[in-house]
Amino acid sequence: MSTVLIIEQVLNGLQFGVMLFLMAAGLTLIFGVMGLINLAHGSFYMIGAFVAAAVAAATGSFLLALIAALIAAAAAGAIVEMVVIRRLYATDHLDQVLATFALILVFSEGTRWIFGSFPLFLDIPGYLSGPVTLPGGIQYPLYRLTLIGAGLAVGLGLWALIERTRVGIQIRAGENDREMIAALGVDISKLYTLVFALGAALAGLSGALVGAIQSVQVGMGEPVLILAFVVIVIGGIGSIKGAFVGALLVGLTDTLGGIFLPQLFKLFMEQSAATNAGSAVASMSIYILMSIVLIWKPTGLFGARP
Amino acid sequence: MKKILATTAALAMAASAGMAEVKVGLITTLSGGGAGLGIDVRDGFMLAINQSGRTDVEVVIEDDQRKPDIAVQLSDKMIQSEKVDVLTGIIWSNLAMAVVPAAVNQDVIYLSPNAGPSALAGKGCHKNYYNVAWQNDNLHEAAGAYANSAGYKNSFILAPNYPAGKDALTGYKRFFEGELAGELYTKLGQTDYAAELAQIRASGADSVFFFLPGGMGISFLKQYADSGIDLPVVGPAFSFDQGILQAVGGAALGVVNTSQWNKDIDNPTNAAFVESFQAEYGRLPSLYASQGFDTANLLLSALETASPDDGDAFRAALSAANFNSTRGDFSFGPNNHPVQTIYAREVIKEGDVFTNKIIGVALENHSDAYAAECKM
Repeated sequence: MSTVLIIEQVLNGLQFGVMLFLMAAGLTLIFGVMGLINLAHGSFYMIGAFVAAAVAAATGSFLLALIAALIAAAAAGAIVEMVVIRRLYATDHLDQVLATFALILVFSEGTRWIFGSFPLFLDIPGYLSGPVTLPGGIQYPLYRLTLIGAGLAVGLGLWALIERTRVGIQIRAGENDREMIAALGVDISKLYTLVFALGAALAGLSGALVGAIQSVQVGMGEPVLILAFVVIVIGGIGSIKGAFVGALLVGLTDTLGGIFLPQLFKLFMEQSAATNAGSAVASMSIYILMSIVLIWKPTGLFGARP
Repeated sequence: MKKILATTAALAMAASAGMAEVKVGLITTLSGGGAGLGIDVRDGFMLAINQSGRTDVEVVIEDDQRKPDIAVQLSDKMIQSEKVDVLTGIIWSNLAMAVVPAAVNQDVIYLSPNAGPSALAGKGCHKNYYNVAWQNDNLHEAAGAYANSAGYKNSFILAPNYPAGKDALTGYKRFFEGELAGELYTKLGQTDYAAELAQIRASGADSVFFFLPGGMGISFLKQYADSGIDLPVVGPAFSFDQGILQAVGGAALGVVNTSQWNKDIDNPTNAAFVESFQAEYGRLPSLYASQGFDTANLLLSALETASPDDGDAFRAALSAANFNSTRGDFSFGPNNHPVQTIYAREVIKEGDVFTNKIIGVALENHSDAYAAECKM
């Protein structure tokens, strides 16, 4: 196990974590501000990827595809909020889960209607493809480095938006006391639509970015959604900072666990048994991490409320 | 009164014998992830039924949503209330394991157009179960055989951590004579292979074998192409079928994969199949479509000589496999699984479309490793 391999795996874990953060940030914002459990968040991820693939196929421009994905996911988010979600704020979590689960089915079948049931093609643009050599002779795909950079930039932008702007103040206030800020004259329903669309746009962006190296297919959002839920539970529900730290923790644990646990098991087990046991424990690793965090801090790392 | 009843009963019997209607239940995956495979099997199957012009074969089609519990419900419904004579259509091995044993024990014939789990090929074989596609290990065994002939000595092999993934690596190792540079089980449904690629790069392998069906394979191949690793890749046809090649794009070009079928197998049945499938559905057929087509033709050939009501005669007619397969020669082994030739194909680009071309034979008249354990 060389240092080069370890550094490469840490970069992989970072990249995975940063993309998870884009998903988890929207999810945690929506839960924090509106108290809504949104299972359909994975659908915005899928919408972003499909729209990006369609636009890239039509125009040949990856940048245009990303912009289109952002706009389409935000628009879908805003429409869903105004038509469906708005009716759910006053209801309990079970109704929200049922309604947003129904939205998953609607979006999945709708996407199949429009795009067909075969996966779509979305490729890395030529100027970002191929590996680059990092200091120390590490070969690493340029596109993955770009993903890390893009994710960090979005994270920074989100932090600035929430900590440094007027809208951010309203969002933070909405998290703490929604009756009070409504009484202060903030149009709460407009704020909710905005937050929901923002969350959807982040999910769509992440879907489009990741779609270029994965398969763009119906149902691609749900596995990521489960991980994003793990992330916000670890980070503390409602906290952007928590989502960021949680996403990196999950990304690194998942990637490094998958590599090093089988190696660790080989120290005291026979080769194929070690591979089996190692991969089994590795796929549990993030849930083990979640349980440990919850035992230590029942509200998550940065969570204020249970 | 008694007389009238007897007459009615006799009339009813005469009527049912005269119509000789055959009811077929087709349970397959038509929605959710992996629907492309079920749609291909269904379209291939229905193409053959429609081409036969037989109006006495009724096909009931249901969507299992890739969920074992739903597949079981559907098969119970089809057997008990629809009274189907023949069941077919299931794509996934875990669904087949949930449905097939119960169905064949209720005297329903099951014709598998895709899944071939080892449990149903060896000790668990059954006289009412026929596999028209392959035993699960077959294409992987062929990949191992091809790797030998290509001169690979040190393979890195990976598959998802579930039964068919384990069958895949077992199948490859059964025929591959070289060393293993590494052996990995990935998570089922995994979409990011950066960690595995780093290990492949560090392993010193001279070739890579992978079995990652559906979207997993698309992700792996795109990331492999972008990683700068320059080793030859071998795999079974499942990540290179017509449905997903367009989504992989250039990343798959030149990859060798093993399949019992390809559109350029030279026989009149296959040529007619490829042409009529394209005319009917506006796309190239995949191996799944060919399997659906062959399954329907096997059924039709058996119906020519016997009726499903006459169990032994009908089974004998099925076992004879007296139909023109798109694959050319086709026969059943003692466990009702195919004995067939498996080819090595290479991914090429024809105009704007990515497709496969046969470059050689990987295994000739190949049966499976479990046939000897089958006692029928």
